[in-house]
Amino acid sequence: MGERERETEGRLKLVSRVVEKVISGDVRTVARLIRDIDDGIPEVRQALKELYSHTGRAFVIGITGAPGVGKSTLVDQMLSRLRSRNKTVGVLAVDPTSPFSGGAILGDRIRMQRHSMDEGVFIRSSATRGHFGGLTQSTRSAIDVLDAMGKDYIIVETVGVGQDEIDIVKSAHTTVIVVIPGMGDDIQAIKAGILEIGDIFVINKADREGADKTLTDLRLMIEMDQKRYEEGKWKPPILMAEAVFDKGIPEILEEIENHGKYLMKSTGSLNFRKEKTKVREELKEMVKSRLIQAVFYQLTESGEFERAVESIIEGKVDPYTASDNLVLPAVGISNS
Amino acid sequence: MQKRKLRVMVAKPGLDGHDRGARIIARAFRDAGFEVVYTGLHQTPEEIVQAAIQEDVDMIGLSSLAGAHMYLFPRVAELLNKSGAEDIVVCGGGIFPDEDISRLKEAGIKEVFSPGSSLETIVKWVKENVKPRGG
Repeated sequence: MGERERETEGRLKLVSRVVEKVISGDVRTVARLIRDIDDGIPEVRQALKELYSHTGRAFVIGITGAPGVGKSTLVDQMLSRLRSRNKTVGVLAVDPTSPFSGGAILGDRIRMQRHSMDEGVFIRSSATRGHFGGLTQSTRSAIDVLDAMGKDYIIVETVGVGQDEIDIVKSAHTTVIVVIPGMGDDIQAIKAGILEIGDIFVINKADREGADKTLTDLRLMIEMDQKRYEEGKWKPPILMAEAVFDKGIPEILEEIENHGKYLMKSTGSLNFRKEKTKVREELKEMVKSRLIQAVFYQLTESGEFERAVESIIEGKVDPYTASDNLVLPAVGISNS
Repeated sequence: MQKRKLRVMVAKPGLDGHDRGARIIARAFRDAGFEVVYTGLHQTPEEIVQAAIQEDVDMIGLSSLAGAHMYLFPRVAELLNKSGAEDIVVCGGGIFPDEDISRLKEAGIKEVFSPGSSLETIVKWVKENVKPRGG
């Protein structure tokens, strides 16, 4: 056996050990694997490939809403309820990266810290990092890892502002959108893009003034969405909650369960791996990020990308032609 | 390939409720380009260590102003050892008698910052002494 074969074999052994440990629920291994995913370490692909057949069992809940509406507090209370039913839960809390420093303060954990000693709960904070298309991909992979680890539920919490955050939530079985009274125009703002993906709406901090008006506004907006009123389609309920006081949580969980039953009835399975639209969506994301990884990194590594930038500045070429020249040969399409 | 990013945790063990300092440190770390997990107030060493493992951080920065640092800080280091996570660097900040500082360092606290340490000094120390895992 040559040096090279031995090295490959050693690496494969290491990967299968990682896979074994993830499946057995080893917290440190899971935590490190998610870090490797976030950091874009190429070796994780092998582990993810092997973990794939162990995924598809968890029920994934997406929670999104503007900053300060109480998403983390809501998740905290949901954790308590799910744990009292002996369900294990993984939480992925995504916060934005500062575009200026590249750093991030990840504070969602503050509200959930009381669950940190509970072995049935795994909480992970991550930052959006601004890598293009990569956020959705890395969060999806992290969901897979927690799924393979054996968690019954996975809750993904994001600030629903950018397209990426909306896309992450799309990979959930049930998406919960959280708003608060008195947001006025902000409710208008969620129309664009987010309203369509909500399966359940929660008006949190419902003891505040204006809750009824928010309810009316939301109801109106949902009713205007004609697609919702096709026969047999899921009609998103709007629920009132006061997460800090643990009010309204059982109702939210009940609706999540109802939505799960609806999915079960309409698609025949809760396993995403068997559902065409989800598989198509997932594969599309993966092809996108694979292309970027494979092509873009190669172009930057070889210096071709920088040379093209220079050529554009010098007026020798336009960016349309330059991007054709860079991408087409790399993916094996003749440039004509 | 993307470069590994430094992940740190800022934690407040024990009973004091003064987290202004911890929050300022958290912001300085963010501005230095780190990912900062903040745990909030009133944490037990056990909770801090579990959170640090789940978050896979490279460093824990402990802040204590209530005088219990001689128990709390070494306990965090001890629990990390027990969990096989001794590679996570622990440092601390707060108001400590001089004689405590060397004893904290003996107990596995890699550096101790007192009032008057500038943010610049602290960030520089972290950059020089804490490396992202595998990096």
